[in-house]
Amino acid sequence: MAIVAQSSKVSRYGRPVLAWGVGLLFFFPIFWMVLTSFKTDADAVKPEHLIFFTPTLENYLNMTENYDYWRFARNSVITAVSATIFTLFVSIPAAYAMAFNPSRHTKDVLMWMLSTKMLPAAAVLYPMIFLAKGIGLYDTHILVITVLSLINLPIAVWMLFTYFKEIPKDIIEAGKMDGVNTWGEIKEILIPLAWGGIASTALLVFIFCWNEAYWTVRLTTIDAATLSKLIEGNRAPEGLFFGRLSAVSTAAVGPIVVLGWFCQKQLVQGLTFGAVK
Amino acid sequence: MGRIVLDQVSKSFGDVEVIPPLNLTIEDGEFAVFVGPSGCGKSTLLRMIAGLEELTSGSIAIDDQDVTAVPPSKRGLAMVFQSYALYPHMTVRKNIGFPLRMEKMPQAEIDKRVEAAALSLNLTDYLDRKPGQLSGGQRQRVAIGRAIVRDPSAFLFDEPLSNLDAALRVGMRLEISEMHERMKTTMIYVTHDQVEAMTMANKIVVLQAGVIEQIGSPLDLYHKPQNVFVAGFIGSPKMNIFSGPEAEKFGAHTIGIRPEHTDVSMTSGTWIGRVGVAEHLGSDTFIHVHDTGLAGMITVRITGDVSVKHGDTIYLTPQAEQIHKFDAAGMRIE
Repeated sequence: MAIVAQSSKVSRYGRPVLAWGVGLLFFFPIFWMVLTSFKTDADAVKPEHLIFFTPTLENYLNMTENYDYWRFARNSVITAVSATIFTLFVSIPAAYAMAFNPSRHTKDVLMWMLSTKMLPAAAVLYPMIFLAKGIGLYDTHILVITVLSLINLPIAVWMLFTYFKEIPKDIIEAGKMDGVNTWGEIKEILIPLAWGGIASTALLVFIFCWNEAYWTVRLTTIDAATLSKLIEGNRAPEGLFFGRLSAVSTAAVGPIVVLGWFCQKQLVQGLTFGAVK
Repeated sequence: MGRIVLDQVSKSFGDVEVIPPLNLTIEDGEFAVFVGPSGCGKSTLLRMIAGLEELTSGSIAIDDQDVTAVPPSKRGLAMVFQSYALYPHMTVRKNIGFPLRMEKMPQAEIDKRVEAAALSLNLTDYLDRKPGQLSGGQRQRVAIGRAIVRDPSAFLFDEPLSNLDAALRVGMRLEISEMHERMKTTMIYVTHDQVEAMTMANKIVVLQAGVIEQIGSPLDLYHKPQNVFVAGFIGSPKMNIFSGPEAEKFGAHTIGIRPEHTDVSMTSGTWIGRVGVAEHLGSDTFIHVHDTGLAGMITVRITGDVSVKHGDTIYLTPQAEQIHKFDAAGMRIE
């Protein structure tokens, strides 16, 4: 009896404290970044101004006036949204086929897809750059959208496959008996039933696309450059422009943090897929 | 019309042959029941007719049209699933009208047919609910409604009543039988419950391990089971089947006698035994008799209520003309 009471005491107070501790630990860099973005570059490196300083909007005004923040933001929106749509367009039929008409090799194909995520991106960097330049797509939206879609397809197919697996096969078969063709099965039955899962997948893919830096920084210069490129462009040695860099970073991650905040439920569901039925 | 012919149809999953080649004809308007223990291949056979399972070999024809390679949606059959398989995101109205919408039927005609189907199935008050808000019985009706609106050439039922409670099952059994009487459409019904098979079918197909053991009317199977398996499977309580010297007296390797074809006496008879459990159903009494020296237990069925107690000595006399005789291979001897 005493043991039960003790363990419930731990779970009542211990767990929230731990959760808040971990949460604050993760949140601190973001908090610091936002705080720094309101400091002048000079204040940003002075320890005495760590918490107390005179806030300024200079960095933000500077950013929109001098670096054309909105162009980078527009490119980020265009590439992330298009890549998400394209990824779903390919992964929904793929996951549908594997979930409802599996063959002996379905598991192998899924594993192979996942294995592409294990390939170091650096290994294909130069081939990709030469290829992109060779066919004249370097620094274009098309290239960024294609690359973002390709790197997110495996995770999208895996997630959707797991969600689709939970739909009873009988319902799809009932659809077949009711005279539905394959496209009808996807449109009339699969998408409405797996809506939550598809939304989680779309959200996650969108966030990955938005945050992607390795490829977007290296495959663009100006025309298709995204917010990642803007941040990278403000990087300076010796921490000279911490205030400016923080403002740019805050403005780059801001939209996605807000989006993530509103879609918390879907995100958690998406990240724990398969773990809970 | 709905005449279904299976010609040398077989099915293997990998190296395992679940249905060796078989032939079967279901005439237009027949109510055929596939019955057998679980795993006998009856559902697989039904799914092959539906087109949901590919054939390993052989061919299937519906109304003389070879449909072996035709997808399920184009075979003109309707199916009712054990799990009901309703579309959870659609209302009852949308569920029932779904196959018609897929046929691109005008909305007015769809509404008319859905209303008519709902009326005949007592679903009118539930048309705007979702399946999740219905009871099991109502869901089953929606599934049937979705099948009948299409006016299919045949209905396929895959154990449709096994998720319902006993009382509802009896009611739905009657409704489906009445539906068949009214519509005269071919129906193929899969069940493991021999009572459903006996009460509903005009043709029963008994399957075991993918092999058809016997095809016949319910009373054919009851009166003239072709082999020991059918004899034991059809009838409730089960037929008493035993081999040995007592069977040889009747010139057979194995004999069977149904519980209702054994006379009981407390004073004299052919066989003697001791009463184990007596089950009093009111209209009938089932007496399970031990220590007869024939089989582990002999069950007899007596009309009405009789008072026997555990441990009583009891005499049994089989009705000679009702004894079923089988040879060493288990086949019927006339």
